[in-house]
Amino acid sequence: MNLDALLLSFRLAAAVSAILLMLALPLAYWLAFTRWRGKFLLESVVALPLVLPPTVLGFYALIALGPRGPLGRLWQFLFGHTLAFTFAGLVIASLVYSLPFAVQPLIASFESLDRRLLDASSILGASRLRTFFRIILPLSWPGLITAMVLSFAHTLGEFGVVLMVGGNLPGITRTVSIDIYDRVQALDFAAANREAFLLLFISFIMLALVYGINRRVWSPWLAK
Amino acid sequence: MVALAREVTTAMLFVNIRKQFRTAGSPPFLLDVKETFAPGFTVLFGPSGAGKSTLLDCISGLLRPDAGVIKFDEENFFDSARRFSLPAQMRRIAYVFQSLALFPHLSVEENVAYGLSALPSPERQQRVERILPAFHIGALRRRKPGELSGGEKQRVALARSLVTQPQLLLLDEPLTGLDAALRQAILQDLRAWNAANRIPILYVTHNREEVDAIGERVVALINGRVQESGAPRAVLDAPRSIALAQAAGFENLLHAHVVEHRPADGVMRVALSSGSCELEIPLGTVPPGAAVQVAIRAGDILLATEAPRALSARNVLPGTLDTLEPRGSLVVAQVNAGAHFIVHLTPGAVRSLQLVPGLRVWLVLKTHSCHVVLP
Repeated sequence: MNLDALLLSFRLAAAVSAILLMLALPLAYWLAFTRWRGKFLLESVVALPLVLPPTVLGFYALIALGPRGPLGRLWQFLFGHTLAFTFAGLVIASLVYSLPFAVQPLIASFESLDRRLLDASSILGASRLRTFFRIILPLSWPGLITAMVLSFAHTLGEFGVVLMVGGNLPGITRTVSIDIYDRVQALDFAAANREAFLLLFISFIMLALVYGINRRVWSPWLAK
Repeated sequence: MVALAREVTTAMLFVNIRKQFRTAGSPPFLLDVKETFAPGFTVLFGPSGAGKSTLLDCISGLLRPDAGVIKFDEENFFDSARRFSLPAQMRRIAYVFQSLALFPHLSVEENVAYGLSALPSPERQQRVERILPAFHIGALRRRKPGELSGGEKQRVALARSLVTQPQLLLLDEPLTGLDAALRQAILQDLRAWNAANRIPILYVTHNREEVDAIGERVVALINGRVQESGAPRAVLDAPRSIALAQAAGFENLLHAHVVEHRPADGVMRVALSSGSCELEIPLGTVPPGAAVQVAIRAGDILLATEAPRALSARNVLPGTLDTLEPRGSLVVAQVNAGAHFIVHLTPGAVRSLQLVPGLRVWLVLKTHSCHVVLP
């Protein structure tokens, strides 16, 4: 078992889901509540990673992060090195890749809220920020957990984007999924099987958690 | 409730707004209201879809009218000419929705304290401590809304709104679905609160009993416009439009035309279009020959199984009892007496008169139970 690769995958997934939470909350809030007629355009952009081949996404990420790309140049100006083939580069590419998995459950949760609760909050003098933290967020926790778990699991299992952007540097960009590919290439099927099974097991546990939350314990105060 | 008293205001709410809605497949709906609301209860009455909730949403700031002015006392809430709209948060309005909208994840106490977040903690606590017993919900403070009965929820929603000491109170059918005794008890609390505070209260209801219990003034809203306003008896007991008669619960609406005026008797005679019979109704200004509709409440019609004599009522119509249908605590009878009449009876009356379909009956209608409605 390649512990380095495993730990790297977990670090990447944890960093990506934590940052995604902060990005996805305001984005989902805006998409759920804006009356702007053109919002379908932004929704389409957010959903793009769902249908794009990871290699396409990875290719554009590589261009953007590279020394001649806008992000890459900014990064080089700030830190003195480019983003491609680094952990930070992987995080940025994965943010884009997993964005829909964080945003869409949140939008669904926000849109299913009873609007009258938000109206009541406004009438009672609450600012939008207070309404968000006191009413919207507590009532959307199943969506919040779904968003977190899905973006974590999805990042954990990514392959194509990592390969394009990160390459295969042990301890820096060689994640579990890359490592499995390497093992299979080297015909080490036993090692590949151990790691593949572990990923299978973890993914199942996390999905079971999500579906369990959405099925049974959907919301204890609404159960009655 | 006296503990909640504060200085009595005489501030008026002035509304003059227009708002249009377009929905696919139906003609656009226009809300066009100009009305002044004084302190005390004003009942907003009208059929569903008349724009009552929309009007409350505009006043509260949840919806923005297309054009017009909303002013409370000297304070501008909305003024389209100046492109000004005071945010809902700043209007100091309490608004109890039909759905109540209690926060399901907060306890009764947290719900009630929600609107007091700007106050320092001791004062907030003090206000909550005063309002909970006043609305008989002190024992429920730790419960979540999901653990409350319908009446308890309604009390919590009222307490949550009134604890903020609003300058204006909007109530959108707050007592729907409660039984009569509970409704009376909560209305009692509301009346006491109103006596102590005297702010304008707009109260939306379809329920005639609630109108009678609280209504100082009724504003009848039909199809987005104020059709009539005034004392409940004047507006609802003698409706002047068909839509209002239907909304006010006049079960019998009969097409007729005026035959003659008899000023000496204080009546006019109308002939019902559906049959040969004529009715004496209060003298009005409609000229002979004009088409009218006559509105009669099913509960205002007497039913006899023998031909009545020596009555002050001027209209006695012989007919046949068609059907009897029990509905809750009353029995709905359909009678064919030249025209088709709906009559409300008590189960006791049905029993003691031994009423059965097919029986020959006489309907007795007082002149002043018959109201002319212009088509």
